[in-house]
Amino acid sequence: MKAPSFAYAKPRSLAQAFELLGRPGAKILAGGQSLIPSLNLRLSSPELLVDITGIAGLSKIEILNGAVRIGALCTHSQLEKSEDVRKHLPLIAEAVAHIAHPAIRNRGTLGGSLALADPAAELPACALALDAVLIISTKKGERRVSAADFFKGLFETDLEPGEILAGAEFPKADKSVFLELTRRQGDYAIVGLAGVTRSAQKRIAFFGVGAKPVLVKPGSLEEAKSALPMPSADLYHTASTKLHLARVLLERAWNRL
Amino acid sequence: MEQTLNVTLTVNGAQVTRNVPARQHLVDFLREELGLTGSHIGCEHGVCGACTIRVDGEIVRGCLMLAVQADGCRVDTIEGLSDSKELEKLQKAFHEKNALQCGFCTPGMLMAAQDLVRQGKKISREQIRNHISGNYCRCTGYQAIVDAIEEVING
Repeated sequence: MKAPSFAYAKPRSLAQAFELLGRPGAKILAGGQSLIPSLNLRLSSPELLVDITGIAGLSKIEILNGAVRIGALCTHSQLEKSEDVRKHLPLIAEAVAHIAHPAIRNRGTLGGSLALADPAAELPACALALDAVLIISTKKGERRVSAADFFKGLFETDLEPGEILAGAEFPKADKSVFLELTRRQGDYAIVGLAGVTRSAQKRIAFFGVGAKPVLVKPGSLEEAKSALPMPSADLYHTASTKLHLARVLLERAWNRL
Repeated sequence: MEQTLNVTLTVNGAQVTRNVPARQHLVDFLREELGLTGSHIGCEHGVCGACTIRVDGEIVRGCLMLAVQADGCRVDTIEGLSDSKELEKLQKAFHEKNALQCGFCTPGMLMAAQDLVRQGKKISREQIRNHISGNYCRCTGYQAIVDAIEEVING
């Protein structure tokens, strides 16, 4: 299908973007790899798309002390090819290869994935497992929110209307593992997990199991298995199948953490 | 009133300027404004890959990009890469192995496969299947397509 009619603007600065986002029916467009399908399917009908890809400074990867700051406009391909990401955040490097297909990874962005908060998406789970801090630009300045507080529900985040996700800081981990089950490469996850160990504490975030990624911080494998809440069923898998598969992934991941 | 914007982009080496509706996606622009009907429109929501084109040297879904977003970009389509002979080896292999199935996905398959060929590394059949997984449509098992791509890449 064809998208409904909308207006389009491409601001060159955050100040311009904030002004445009104050207009009625305005919506942020970044890579567009989820928004444009939803427009084409007429699931979304904004009046104005504010294309933020012309704003400088939002696609950098910076090494900080003990963490990596990634700009919201970094594409999945950029993350996939980055030596810094591979070295300091192997979890993210592993995860991005599971996101859709090369042609989509070339346009889709980190910020778009985090801000959309699709329950089957890889990067929100990585952010939760790594205890990332999301950096949000507002008219008044910048605010920082932990991943645990950012993801609120199904496609629901802490972002207020008019705010722009500028990037995220991902603290490094000692060990990490990323596993995902799909019917075919690039399909939506049936279930998946992003797990890290930091200072002997395991943090495992499951995705595809409910409205938002679910974090467990278990002391033992048995504890982890019982800490996992009953997933919601999807069109193809019952809740008990998903629970079983999540536990299978947990067993596969456990000795690598 | 529908908003229209002026865009200037380079398509297959030639600069074009047009006034386009904000909501027009890039494949509709290529097909309807420029008559380049080699890029196919299948699902229009990023699943089938029949609209795969190159923007600034990287493959993208043409249906998941607005024409206005391509302002200032270099766009290459199946027509351009055929004329420049960049796809010659793949096209010959597809022809010889009858790697067409129903043929609707073929332009997108060639664009995605060429992305792999350009990486210049020998790879397994499984890696080829993973790479073209974004171009699966409906018919048959892609066996002959994998054969053709494998022959070009691994010789």
